[in-house]
Amino acid sequence: MDMFRILVVDDEVDFLETIVNRLKKRKLFATGVTSGEQALALLKEQLFDVIILDIKMPGGMDGIETLREIKKIQPLVEVILLTGHASVETSIEGMKLGAFDYCLKPIKFEDLLQKMAAAFGKKSTHDKKIRDAKIQELIRYPSKVFDQD
Amino acid sequence: MAFYQRKFIYKNLKRKITTIILCVAIFPLIFLGETIYYRFAKTYEEKIEDQIKYRTRSLSDAVEIFLRERTAILATIVDTRSFDDLKQQENLSRMFKVISRRTDGLIDLGVIDSAGQHLAYSGPYNLKGLNYFQQAWFNEVMTKGKYISNVYMGYRQLPHFVIAVRGYSNGRGWILRATVDSDIFNQLVRTAQTGMSGDAYIINKNGIYQTAPRFSGKILGKSNISLTLFGQGTTVAEKIKANSKTKHVAGTWLKNNEWLLVITQDVGDEKGGLLTTRNTEIIIIVFGCLAIIMTTFFAMRIIFNHLEEVDKGISELNDQLIQSDKMAALGKMATGIAHEINNPLAIIGEKAGWMRDLLDEEKFQESENFKEYEQSVDKIEEHVERARKITHNMLGFARRMEHRLDDVDINNVLNQTIELLQSHAQTNNIQISKDFQFELPIIASDQSQLQQVFLNLINNAIDAVEKDGLIEVKTRKKDSQIVVAITDNGPGIDEEHLKKVFDPFFTTKETGKGTGMGLSVSYNIIKKLGGTIKAESKLSEGAVFSIKIPIKIPEKK
Repeated sequence: MDMFRILVVDDEVDFLETIVNRLKKRKLFATGVTSGEQALALLKEQLFDVIILDIKMPGGMDGIETLREIKKIQPLVEVILLTGHASVETSIEGMKLGAFDYCLKPIKFEDLLQKMAAAFGKKSTHDKKIRDAKIQELIRYPSKVFDQD
Repeated sequence: MAFYQRKFIYKNLKRKITTIILCVAIFPLIFLGETIYYRFAKTYEEKIEDQIKYRTRSLSDAVEIFLRERTAILATIVDTRSFDDLKQQENLSRMFKVISRRTDGLIDLGVIDSAGQHLAYSGPYNLKGLNYFQQAWFNEVMTKGKYISNVYMGYRQLPHFVIAVRGYSNGRGWILRATVDSDIFNQLVRTAQTGMSGDAYIINKNGIYQTAPRFSGKILGKSNISLTLFGQGTTVAEKIKANSKTKHVAGTWLKNNEWLLVITQDVGDEKGGLLTTRNTEIIIIVFGCLAIIMTTFFAMRIIFNHLEEVDKGISELNDQLIQSDKMAALGKMATGIAHEINNPLAIIGEKAGWMRDLLDEEKFQESENFKEYEQSVDKIEEHVERARKITHNMLGFARRMEHRLDDVDINNVLNQTIELLQSHAQTNNIQISKDFQFELPIIASDQSQLQQVFLNLINNAIDAVEKDGLIEVKTRKKDSQIVVAITDNGPGIDEEHLKKVFDPFFTTKETGKGTGMGLSVSYNIIKKLGGTIKAESKLSEGAVFSIKIPIKIPEKK
């Protein structure tokens, strides 16, 4: 099985650190950043499976903007929006932009793990489909180079 | 404006409008009635006067003709027969027989010479040989040629009058004289004595009765009627008062203004028809006025009751709007607070979780206070969870009221609602028991609106029970519906109120406590969601509110 790579984006350092620590404690590959900009920079270098993204991050890009950019860089990554400031508008916009789920803080850690597992499940199915399609393509056009994965 | 102030204004307005309508409707009716009556009475009186005048004229004509006819008979005899012929007793008797056969009213016939000697006589009395030379009428007839006497007693001691005509023989005058039957003359006049009070009689210019009056007085008696009332030779109708009664009196001078024919009639007698008309009119006006008054009062009551009700409704709606504004503001505030608390709460929760993760490590488990730590972390997590539920509930209730479909777990919504009301119920020692069907299907419905309905119903149940009671919340799946029943053991609702519980503004709570909108809003929400809501209750047996919600399976996302 592939390594489960998680990125947590939250301006609240205490929350961010604790979540990352708890994920790592469960032998998961987790990285934390405190702003949308940092997240985007990291995404350009590294692939992730699931991103936990805070919506309200004062002083920089907010969650919705970040989500829009994330989907441009890594369209297949699954994003779970997590916020203390729930609103119908942002939740609808988030879902339209392709977020996997929308959760309200505080959330039980176990529930969050379940949601991440579901998101990862979806992504791996998707990845497998792409892989299969690429294999088919390789069979048909052997000259094409299999670039990633 | 307070309701009692408006009530006062309405009362005032009602009084004013009622007064105006009554004035406008009743006064013209009475005025019209009076005018019609006045005109009618005037016409009626004129008609009565005309009638009595006409009767007087007709009778006076009849009397004049009667006298003229008899005078003409005598004059014809005098002109066609000689004195010598008629002074023979046999000839006179034959002549009287012939006259009696052709005409009535003459009692006897006599021939008197220029010396006043009664030469021949045919009749029931023995008057032959009597001398009339000294009598006043003898001179008069000798001078004027014709003469009709007043009624008098004479030799025969019976009321009668005579007609005498003068003739000439050998340059000397003689007289043919006849006596008129008083009975026949009386009968003629009596034909005008009509009705209950009508009288007709003839008096001479000294006021002596020439015919017998019907009331008060007898023939040859003195009448107390004032002759000056009647103009010479003309017919007039006057009213005079006698015994506080009004009479119509009509008179016509007869016989060259020597006799006066008088016809009288009591006004009341003739005005019978007028009085009936007047009574009918009064009855119609009285009933008309009563109908107007009743209709006005009745209509005013209906209109103003309706107006007051509408006004009450509007004022309650205003109160309701103010209340919902307050609620909206409160909701906004609650949302703000909930959001601000959620972040620190998340950190506390995660820190506690991290502590638990660390406690799982072996070295910590050996610590002598390990159990204490573990319990503390448990407690922190428990209370974070409690606080989480509260803030999440607050956000759920503050959500807008637009109708949208969520995936709704009815049991879960009920749990949230009960949790929210739990402390309120516990303060009043009310136990809320749950009897939920396990694994109800998740349905597509509006969670926040359903939550509002449940909140209304459970809150009402708590208010109904007041203290020390039991509320049971039950869910069941029945065919294609989910049934939610909320039962309380409060005082129940009487039959009359039960019919109205879902009406807007209906409340049995004290003023200011209930808006009367809760159940009405609930009813509308459930209807909009395609379900039904029903209230069942009996006094002192508690109440059951049951809601049936259709099971609509949410579309797969």
